[in-house]
Amino acid sequence: MALPRALWRRHLPLGLLALFAVVVLAGCAGENYPQSTLHPKGDFAELVDAVFMKTVWWATAIFILVEAALLYAIFKFRGKPDDPEPKQVHGSTVVEIIWTVIPAAVLAFVAVPTVQTIFKTAEIPASSPDGQKPLTVEVIGHQWWWEFRYPELGIITANEMHVPVGRTVDIRMKTVDVLHSFWIPQLAGKRDLFPNRETRLWFTAKEAGEYPGACAEFCGLQHGKMLFYVMADTPADFDAWVARRMQDSVTVVPMAAAIPSDTVGPAADATGLMDTLTVSPMAQAAMDPRVAEGEKLFLTKACAGCHSLKAVGGPPVMVGPNLGGIGARRMIAAGWMRNTDENLKHWLQNPQEVKEGVLMAGYTLSDAEAEALVAYLRTKQ
Amino acid sequence: MATTVLEPTMTRTAALAKRSVLVDWLTTVDHKKIGIMYGAWAFFFFVIGGVEALIIRAQLARPEATLVSPEFYNQLFTMHGTTMIFLAVMPLSAMFFNFMIPLLIGARDVAFPRLNAMSLWVFVLGGLFLNASFLFGTAPNGGWFGYAPLSGRQYSPGPHMDFWVLGLQILGIASLAAGVNFFTTILNMRARGMTLMRMPMFVWATLITQVLVLLSFPVITVALILLMADRLFGSGFFVTAMGGDPMLWQHLFWVFGHPEVYILILPAFGIISEILPVFSRKPLFGYSAMVFSSAFIAFLGFGVWSHHMFSTGMGPLADSFFSLATMLIAIPTGVKIFNWIGTLWGGSLQFKTPMYFALGFIAMFIMGGLSGVMHSVAPADLQQTDTYFVVAHFHYVLFGGSILALTAGAYYWWPKMFGKMLDEGLGKFHFWTTMIGFNLTFFPMHFAGLLGMPRRVYTYPSGLGFDLYNLMATVGAFFLAFSILVFMWNVIKTWRSSERAPADPWGGATLEWTIPSPPQEWNFDDEPVVTERDAVWGMKRAAGVRMLPEPVAGDGKGIHMPGPSWWPLVVSLGILSFFVGFMFDKPWAFPFGPVTVFGLLLTTFAIFKWAYEAPDAHATNH
Amino acid sequence: MTTTTAALDHHDHDDAHAHHTSLPIDNRKLAIWTFIGSECLFFATLISTYLVYAGQSVKGPFPTDIFSVGLVTAGTAVLLFSSFFVVMALDGAQKGDRKKMLTWLSLTVLCGVFFAGMQVYEFWHFYHLGLGYSTNLFSASFYTLTGFHGAHVALGTLWLATILKDAIKGRVPPKKALNLEIAALYWHFVDVVWIIIFPVVYLMQMRS
Repeated sequence: MALPRALWRRHLPLGLLALFAVVVLAGCAGENYPQSTLHPKGDFAELVDAVFMKTVWWATAIFILVEAALLYAIFKFRGKPDDPEPKQVHGSTVVEIIWTVIPAAVLAFVAVPTVQTIFKTAEIPASSPDGQKPLTVEVIGHQWWWEFRYPELGIITANEMHVPVGRTVDIRMKTVDVLHSFWIPQLAGKRDLFPNRETRLWFTAKEAGEYPGACAEFCGLQHGKMLFYVMADTPADFDAWVARRMQDSVTVVPMAAAIPSDTVGPAADATGLMDTLTVSPMAQAAMDPRVAEGEKLFLTKACAGCHSLKAVGGPPVMVGPNLGGIGARRMIAAGWMRNTDENLKHWLQNPQEVKEGVLMAGYTLSDAEAEALVAYLRTKQ
Repeated sequence: MATTVLEPTMTRTAALAKRSVLVDWLTTVDHKKIGIMYGAWAFFFFVIGGVEALIIRAQLARPEATLVSPEFYNQLFTMHGTTMIFLAVMPLSAMFFNFMIPLLIGARDVAFPRLNAMSLWVFVLGGLFLNASFLFGTAPNGGWFGYAPLSGRQYSPGPHMDFWVLGLQILGIASLAAGVNFFTTILNMRARGMTLMRMPMFVWATLITQVLVLLSFPVITVALILLMADRLFGSGFFVTAMGGDPMLWQHLFWVFGHPEVYILILPAFGIISEILPVFSRKPLFGYSAMVFSSAFIAFLGFGVWSHHMFSTGMGPLADSFFSLATMLIAIPTGVKIFNWIGTLWGGSLQFKTPMYFALGFIAMFIMGGLSGVMHSVAPADLQQTDTYFVVAHFHYVLFGGSILALTAGAYYWWPKMFGKMLDEGLGKFHFWTTMIGFNLTFFPMHFAGLLGMPRRVYTYPSGLGFDLYNLMATVGAFFLAFSILVFMWNVIKTWRSSERAPADPWGGATLEWTIPSPPQEWNFDDEPVVTERDAVWGMKRAAGVRMLPEPVAGDGKGIHMPGPSWWPLVVSLGILSFFVGFMFDKPWAFPFGPVTVFGLLLTTFAIFKWAYEAPDAHATNH
Repeated sequence: MTTTTAALDHHDHDDAHAHHTSLPIDNRKLAIWTFIGSECLFFATLISTYLVYAGQSVKGPFPTDIFSVGLVTAGTAVLLFSSFFVVMALDGAQKGDRKKMLTWLSLTVLCGVFFAGMQVYEFWHFYHLGLGYSTNLFSASFYTLTGFHGAHVALGTLWLATILKDAIKGRVPPKKALNLEIAALYWHFVDVVWIIIFPVVYLMQMRS
């Protein structure tokens, strides 16, 4: 695959660090690396990338020069055991001053943009590029999942953060247990979460897309499976998502999906889900009897003790992730598995096998029960 | 003090001669035997840490693997880091401190030989205690950095982190005792004429390393005491519900942790600075600059700890300060690398195995140093910290730096330590397999990290582009393990060979090459006198010879060395018991648990016996 | 604690034989200075922790509820005097004035015992006022800081008492006065640390 010119510029200095790596990287393009720090899709990440690439270029230049000098010396000054004693040089003040001053000067070229970027990234912009006030999202860390709250919208959700493209997101973070670190490489850097202090981060997504992120501070047994997604939606899609979350709160009777579950996923947005919500709930339920069964199980099998299906107006503090719109989410188990019917069933039946140590115990669901629960949860679009 | 002139009693001398080999090694206060034991135990722990690394790499070879459980994985990486830092690299350096420092400064032993033996045994028992946790299936699992509140009792119940918090306190005692001992030895026991600015660079590196130990270990000791109090006695230093602050742990840990990095690398710098001149047949370029750059690095090392904490959001002023301070360290480090190349320049390079490893060290350390500068850029660090990019960086510094230099030192000093030369052919094979395995393991990790792979994850999803880099790293790790086997084979082959090494196989510049290989118990028949830097080259030049005549082993008449003692080992057992008691006394009311009290009494008793031990100098001419 | 074995290691060295040292200072004296330098960081960290957490406890008792400065001021005075006493004892030891050495050294040991006893009483008193070790941040940082200082006082007292025992048996002649000198150096250090702890903990008395 041919590499775009910009990517060459990006990869060349690093690739030169070792020949075999160049070979490997020749086949790479941004879309294959959705969690990459080298393919920024947000303003914060771009600022970081710019200063990083400056240091990469300087480091590569210095690396090549110094290693070349080393190799030159190694090959040029090979001696034999019986050679006469070489000239005994003890040092040279002039030379040593030169090679103290030059690195200091080079460092200045790195130091100035570093401090500039530190101050640029520290301040949360007062207004977004699109002129709106930044959207506040509260990130709450849990062992081992992410809670996201939108105080201005009253929405609570988990593990998938929807944000509108072009609007700055003002992230305020806290943890309810141990330290975590919120890391969304393509949009911003990372910031640690503390139990006793709010930390902040911000970014503006520049392109619509699904961006994976991860917990980057070791947080115990399932640190490896504490992942999340940021869904950067077009403003219209974001508004639609917000509207659906408002619907979660008024839904009394479970809504069956009018669409088969295998089409659920990112594509569902385009199929006009809003329309399906206007279909009579009772009629929908009648289309798949498992849905009503699933709702009963959700209430009786202890699910409802920890999980709320209401993104708005539900109980404010729940032990487990909020499941408003779970049927349409890309991933389950905190970003670990694709949200297919098969995976969801497996997760419900064997949570400790998928993610040992999570609070969700095994509730000995029969296949039929698990399938009913899946069918019910799938209606939560 | 190494020697006394008290008349030995002949009965005692005769009794000493009859001691079994085991008793001899358990009670020895000879810095050379202690050095060899440091090396052997450190290599043992190095192999354990290496096996842990191989299991880690096997688990990460493919995405979504289930070779080990997440719990066991967390134990593995916690113990891998803890082991490699405290039980492998530090004591491997200590092997050279012990064996070489008295020889390099022309002394017959260290200032406090029995204290030296105690340091060894405390280290060994502490290391065994830490690793014993595996036998109970409760190895530490909260990371080598033990961040609160995860390491506290609420989130890490059970004995896992108790082993860690107690084990590190034990090891700290060994390091502090050795720090006092070697600081005193170097400042006070140099040969006549060896001024500070005539000391070999490894001696300087050791001296500065001890200063770092003495000033940084008390800080981690306090941090560990506070965490221990939280875990065992219910205090709330790091419990936010009680008003405690997890940030305090991070500050205390890294105030220790960053100097610790230089504790691990400065001895390596010293070894390289010994080897390069000898195999270039030319003095170290810019000796004074090398001394002052080491001191400057150590000084700056205490002012940059918060660069480990950029992602905690300290604010732009603190970020800027710690970014710039960190960048400053690149200047003295650069001076070192340039001066090493300056040493090679115009020399007559002799390509023996120690030189191979020393040159490999420079080439790899440049890499680790440059990626270090990248971390100093605080905004960039927000992407890199806690990713595999950092893992790659510090392995280039710790393996490509410390381990390559220690290996160079092993090949260089092996003939002096054991009287036999390691095989050159196998040595060069060892070098190339190490370089290939090392780079194949750690170079791809730069990319895994930049492409978004966090550290300390027991598995990763496919589809994020990490797969290939991880597979490469795993293949490389097993290749690297193979290179260690080559080294072990070389050691065995040399062990079985009957060929003796000469006193000065490399044409050395320092005092250890003037005495037989291996040295006699008393090191120097006559206390040497030094009149210049690279003293032995000066002697050779004055005598108009390329090699000094092979020294004849003396009979040690009239030289009295300190006698063996059981008390260092007993004190160490007392200390171990004191700390172990904190784990097993829990059903009893602290602080009156029997095991702890027994340890305290045993330690006190043994210290008194030690202090009043007969001044049992024994003649070496038995 | 165990590092002071370096200082107790006095038979590795025989004063009868003045071995060449590179610096004009005995090995043991250099070692105890080195050890004290390291200990400075130990107490600096403990004092910093106390200061960082001053006023951060979420519940009482607080320092102002509990401290009575009178007794501890007496203890402080006693400890300060003991530093003077040990200087007098050392002077006696160096000059071979056995009576002077024994008198002042006994007084020093008594001061050490008094201070340690004062602290035990104080801890017992505070405990009965409801200040257990883990009651709050103040209690834990207070007991840890002053407890470690107290352990140093106890160790120093034991050390000085051991030398007193030797001195009574006539085993501390002038050429072995260094044995007392290094113990005295350690004792002065323990004193100096208290001179910092006393105002920081008892006189400032920060509350939430």
